[in-house]
Amino acid sequence: MDSMEVIRQGYFQECEELLLAMEEGLIAMESGEADAETINAVFRAVHSIKGGGGAFGLSHLVKFAHGFETVLDHVRSGVLTPEADSIKILLRAGDVLADHVNAARSGRALAADHGDDTVADLAALAGGEAEEEEEGGDPFASSFTPLRLDLDDDTSTPGTPGMPGWRILFRPTGRLYAKANEPFLILRELESLGPCEVEADLSALPPLADFDTDRSYLGWTIRLMADVPRAAVEEVFEFVVDDCVLEIELLADPVADIELPLPAMAPQDAPEAPQTPEAPDKQAAPAEAPKQTIRVDLDKVDRLVNLVGELVITQAMLTQRVTESGLARTSLVSNGLAELEHLLRDLQEGVMAIRTQPVKSVFQRMPRLVRELSVQTEKQVHLVLEGEATEVDKTVIERLGEPLTHMIRNAVDHGLEATAARIAAGKPAEGTVKLSAEHRGGRIVIEVSDNGGGINRARVREKAVEKGLISAAAVLTDEETDNLIFKPGFSTASQVSNISGRGVGMDVVRRSIQDLGGRIVINSVPGQGSRFSLTLPLTLAVLDGMVVAVGGQTFVLPLTHIVESLKPREQDIRPFGRDRSLLKVRDAYVPLVKVGALLGVPGSQPDAAGGVVILVESEGSGRLALAVDQILGQRQVVIKSFEANYRNIDGIAAATILGDGRVALILDVDGIVSRCRADACHNEDIELAATGTGP
Amino acid sequence: MSDTIDEMRLQFITFLTGEQEYGANIMTIREIRGWTETTPLPHSPDYVRGVINLRGVVLPVVDLKARLGRGLTAANPKHVIIVVNMGARTLGLLVDAVSDILTAKAAEIQPTPDLARDTQSDFVEGIVVLDQRMVTLLSMEKLAQSFAGAAEAA
Repeated sequence: MDSMEVIRQGYFQECEELLLAMEEGLIAMESGEADAETINAVFRAVHSIKGGGGAFGLSHLVKFAHGFETVLDHVRSGVLTPEADSIKILLRAGDVLADHVNAARSGRALAADHGDDTVADLAALAGGEAEEEEEGGDPFASSFTPLRLDLDDDTSTPGTPGMPGWRILFRPTGRLYAKANEPFLILRELESLGPCEVEADLSALPPLADFDTDRSYLGWTIRLMADVPRAAVEEVFEFVVDDCVLEIELLADPVADIELPLPAMAPQDAPEAPQTPEAPDKQAAPAEAPKQTIRVDLDKVDRLVNLVGELVITQAMLTQRVTESGLARTSLVSNGLAELEHLLRDLQEGVMAIRTQPVKSVFQRMPRLVRELSVQTEKQVHLVLEGEATEVDKTVIERLGEPLTHMIRNAVDHGLEATAARIAAGKPAEGTVKLSAEHRGGRIVIEVSDNGGGINRARVREKAVEKGLISAAAVLTDEETDNLIFKPGFSTASQVSNISGRGVGMDVVRRSIQDLGGRIVINSVPGQGSRFSLTLPLTLAVLDGMVVAVGGQTFVLPLTHIVESLKPREQDIRPFGRDRSLLKVRDAYVPLVKVGALLGVPGSQPDAAGGVVILVESEGSGRLALAVDQILGQRQVVIKSFEANYRNIDGIAAATILGDGRVALILDVDGIVSRCRADACHNEDIELAATGTGP
Repeated sequence: MSDTIDEMRLQFITFLTGEQEYGANIMTIREIRGWTETTPLPHSPDYVRGVINLRGVVLPVVDLKARLGRGLTAANPKHVIIVVNMGARTLGLLVDAVSDILTAKAAEIQPTPDLARDTQSDFVEGIVVLDQRMVTLLSMEKLAQSFAGAAEAA
């Protein structure tokens, strides 16, 4: 990647953050919680996106952002008081701006008229400012032409005693330039406030040989002869105050100084003036102090995570060896080891935390989605977000967007009733969809709930029979009926809408959640709404597993797939066909598979009744009873892939390293279930039994 | 040009397995460690002895003697595992013992005698004769590739 590309990528990453900040601010404005700083933050975000866009020649983006910015500027200066309607336009403008950024990032072009209606709305909001827009056009596209400031003419003016004004000391640091700011534009802007006398300070310029192009050597002293409030001057420097030395002083005329007891406002300002560099900081402080962050290559973090994992395993082995050697528990060595274990645990948590991010980045995409859906479905929807600060592994977050989008769509499209129906049912016309996240017992729980009509079970059942997913005679509990919507090829919307899909929805959702090692549970009350709860691991690198013994070997079963474990009775095991057998679990027959035989492990229990049976369930609702010798316990294991060094093995998902340093294999439950079902797929009875819905 | 290539010195690690001495280019060897019990992998050929934990990496171990078609090694703690690094792929080779480091000019490497083909000849790069000793040079690339391929087929 050449360096320009690196900068470009950096810009787009920054845009992502800025867009989030913008949207957050706009939403705060919508809910009426916005203060002046929020509006400023939105303005700054749009401005920064525009500024960077100009540097990369993204003219469409810059043009749109400029119009947007103009309106925001009016809001900021109080010319325009945002009302519900205008905020809707601003929100839409935010969406269009995001489209522009995404289009620029992916290099594809947006339709020529994309967002034109929004542009028109913005222009209407901006009112008579059209001509300013034309003139202001695109300040960044204009080539840099030195501007001659009319200094000489004005020199007489400052001499006028009592003429108010400001003395501004402005010394940019290298960072100011690195952020694509241009002092010339700032000076020009200052000049628009009134006549200026600008003096460049070249004293810091080093000899050419010592010149460091990343540093800034120039400074300016500006005498601004205009009766403008201090805030107006500060505003000019709004985007650069963090990256320059800035002093703004009331212009103290030597004569006036002695003669006049300064005007009433002056005493307040005067003592403050010398320390102005801090003043803008104070002003900025109420806005949440930006946290210092660094961007790190994910590979580096992963290497660290791996190393710490290894460290933990080595420590566990060491502890075991020390225990075996018969040293007293109180010995110095043992104490040291205990200390080490403690530190390592902290270290591991800390390293894992590097990979986590707030779910906010996913949640923030939803308001826009709901706004669009609300228009398309003509339903009034209120979206409530909760627990956005909950932190989860980055990979989990990345893969959460798709399923959540699906679920929100479903909630609005299928969950909420049409407005008329809601009113008829005596509910408020506006439906509520709630998206929340929280930590619960080492896992993260995300819930999508709506206060709509709940799942129409009669309709679901009818549809399932129609599609041949269940037999007409099948007796299902409410829970089982609800779960039918996860079946591949199921869709209840009477008409296929272009919003939520063609029945590819929920089974895909369930699959992606299970791929993340999570589960999904439905809770639906007719007339009151539905709630979908997703339970996800905090990170993909570890897995909750049940450790079992087969023959002399140890295997791990992912806990997410386990339904229950039981001790089978001899009479419940029925031979079936040539070499198969079924296990009677309560009233259903489930195919029984001996793990030892399946994986060719010598020395395992020949008879399932002599061991333990673990009932597992795979995504397609297939159930299977796995016979193992013994359950050794339950623990979190770190997932290690061996595919890179070897190849995929049937029935094995990955490997892990146990506390004693030995490798244990993690069983691929989905693979085993689907393989066993594929073997039996011509047999109706097994099929029925495997779905767990048999008689 | 060819002179300089012939003069180029190559280093090989030599090891014993089934009473024969083999050599492998030192650049492909990452480390040498003692034998530890492996975790067997299901549905794998017999020469794949299983996997071990190499400081957090799950490393497959191949029994070289068995791979060359001469029966399984009765492994004990005196045996060693040579950790071979081939690009992105890392694997362990179970051998009886590591014997020497050998330096040879490229010109001293003789081509494989054109005898009846057996499993071994698929992996042989050449032969070096030094002081009455004959060392068979094995290509770790070919071994790793065949290992992946054979495993796939099995």
